[in-house]
Amino acid sequence: MKVANYLSTIDGVAIYPVISLVLFVTFFGLVTLWILRMNSKELEHIERLPLDDK
Amino acid sequence: MQLEKFTYDNRLPKLFAYATIFWGLVGMLMGLIAALQLAFPVLNFSELLPNFAFGRLRPVHTNAVIFAFVGNGIFTAVYYSIPRLLKTPMWSEKLGRIHFWGWQLIIVSAAVTLLLGFTQGKEYAELEWPIDIAITLIWVVFGINMFGTIFTRRERHLYVAIWFFIGSWVTVAMLHIVNAFVVPVGLFKSYSVYAGVQDALVQWWYGHNAVAFFLTTPYLGLMYYFLPKAAERPIYSYRLSIIHFWSLIFLYIWAGPHHLLYTAVPDWAQSLGTVFSIMLLLPSWGGMLNGLFTLRGAWDKVREDPVLKFFVVGVTCYGMSTFEGPMMSLKNVNAISHYSDWTVAHVHIGALGWNGFLTFGMLYWLLPRLFNTKLFSTKLANTHFWLGTLGIIIYAIPMYMAAFRSYFMMKSFTPEGQLEYQFMDVVNATIPFYILRALGGALYLGGLIMMIYNVYKTTKQGEFVETEEAEAAPLPKIYNTPKNSLWHSFIERKPLLLLVLSLLVVSIGGIIELIPTYLVKSNVPTISSVQPYTPLELQGRDIYIREGCYNCHSQQIRPFRYEVARYGEYSKAGEFVYDHPYQWGSKRTGPDLARVGGKYPDSWHFFHMLKPSDIVEKSIMPSYPFLFEKEVNLGTTKSKIHAMRKMGVPYPNNYEDIANDDLMKQADQIVENLKTAEIEIDAKKEIVALIAYLQRLGKDIKVETAQK
Repeated sequence: MKVANYLSTIDGVAIYPVISLVLFVTFFGLVTLWILRMNSKELEHIERLPLDDK
Repeated sequence: MQLEKFTYDNRLPKLFAYATIFWGLVGMLMGLIAALQLAFPVLNFSELLPNFAFGRLRPVHTNAVIFAFVGNGIFTAVYYSIPRLLKTPMWSEKLGRIHFWGWQLIIVSAAVTLLLGFTQGKEYAELEWPIDIAITLIWVVFGINMFGTIFTRRERHLYVAIWFFIGSWVTVAMLHIVNAFVVPVGLFKSYSVYAGVQDALVQWWYGHNAVAFFLTTPYLGLMYYFLPKAAERPIYSYRLSIIHFWSLIFLYIWAGPHHLLYTAVPDWAQSLGTVFSIMLLLPSWGGMLNGLFTLRGAWDKVREDPVLKFFVVGVTCYGMSTFEGPMMSLKNVNAISHYSDWTVAHVHIGALGWNGFLTFGMLYWLLPRLFNTKLFSTKLANTHFWLGTLGIIIYAIPMYMAAFRSYFMMKSFTPEGQLEYQFMDVVNATIPFYILRALGGALYLGGLIMMIYNVYKTTKQGEFVETEEAEAAPLPKIYNTPKNSLWHSFIERKPLLLLVLSLLVVSIGGIIELIPTYLVKSNVPTISSVQPYTPLELQGRDIYIREGCYNCHSQQIRPFRYEVARYGEYSKAGEFVYDHPYQWGSKRTGPDLARVGGKYPDSWHFFHMLKPSDIVEKSIMPSYPFLFEKEVNLGTTKSKIHAMRKMGVPYPNNYEDIANDDLMKQADQIVENLKTAEIEIDAKKEIVALIAYLQRLGKDIKVETAQK
């Protein structure tokens, strides 16, 4: 019995890598949109948080 | 608005910092001994201390460095930074103490049980089920305390370091629980519910992400907090840190199968692991550059300040090992690196460089502040830095050389088409590199001892500041969202949402990769000749697991000419369906054993286990004289067979009642075989069971071939 390609018996297994790619690109796009539209005043406050903790 | 007064408690950060140093010393010392054992096998002390052989010591080393040294390092950073970033004390002092002492107790019980041979036999997840439960409980205590603090904060925004801590907490919880599903068969013995290919995929989904979410993301939190503090300037780009966080946690979770390239794992899963590993390069380097660029305009400080020196080299090592990792995920590179010392070098760039140096930098910065004094000796800290750096180099370079040398020797054929070198020739060729590696480790450890002296002197010259006064305005009930602020800034003000989103993001990869592995179960074509282990073989297999043989021997032959010629037919997924847990291993210090069954007579194994160097000249394998003294515990056979059948191994109903009869029959047969070689041994001795197991390995498929 040939066991090398046993997963070919799952219907449409090729869809997995495609799903992953689409998911990541969408996700990455959303994160990029997020950081581009961040309020820079807020940002300045946040990034100084570790420095003024007294 | 009225300012509220409160205090930061320094006692817990101090305790965790001390524990970090102590376990660092223990873990690295164990590593040094293990390294020396490979060069000088007499250091296994086989006759005196059966518990001290490499197979048992190496898990103590890895667990101590990962969960004790780095673990306490994470908690030091969390307990110091979170209250200060959120302007509130830790939520519960009592939970903090339970967390601290609970974690140390877990570490001690881990060390003791591992040396006693109680192990699940899965790398970095060796600890048996009662300790796994304790870890879960303490992890929950830690989580409650962390979230309690976050919910009572006086600062609306969660700084990115806290995201990393939250993401790490939730993912480690998920990984730990999913990988630890076992069926207990005794107080300190259990079987993984997963078998073979499935177990391998779950294990490396866990193992890879233990690296990601225990050794990397919490330390990125540490970097994002302590690097700006030490450099006295904000992080280079906060926007970049957000991309770093989300893409890193998204991508990391997928990359596990790159530990299983060219194995019997399905091809698509291997490819997915490779692709995501390559993509990981981007966020990782984004993070590294973000760290290094933070020092722009402050490089003059790096010349003076040992803290920044440690950080710079630590972050650079992060960049190096996250470049190396994706490269090793390419199949052609992995063909060389897998099972070799290259992997060992790779993890040590990470552990010694990234985790070690970041920890040292943090401690040199933190401890003088906790004791309201200056560091006792900057010069000594600088010497530590150079010794450590040199140690990393002398550790890693010989390991790379050993990897390539053994690769070229392993794949070398004579013009007649025979393998040119015996396995032992390759081992002998790498021993000089093992000695150099141990030297590198010793230098690194020497640096740590310098730090201990320096820290001791620093604490003596200062006075411990138990608590620090602080004040801040309470959080207003209603938040006026600034103009232009969209849905995005919403998330970072909502810790629970952040938790849920992180879990969602890390689950996607996990679900897509793991669900098919469940399908695998119904899709692995049963190879009709593959049968469950006999009771004696099962007992022998448990001895194999107990002694940690998988730390040096793989059971997975890759489809390469030079492997097939050396070890036999390449491994098939269907051969491992009854392997709870799988024992493929990840490093070949010794030869692959997937098809060792029937290769040598029983007497060969008998003498070899008694004293390997008598049979294989210059062998570096430890001796196992106690296997010839101890008897197999027949009382456990019943529950073991029962547990196996519960997990779907097709033993006949009620077989457990007669299993010991079969066991003795097979043992007597082996004793008879040994008699022909003039060996007298009691059939109940452990060595007989181990021989039965070793002689079984890889044989089933040969039966099928013979039938054909």
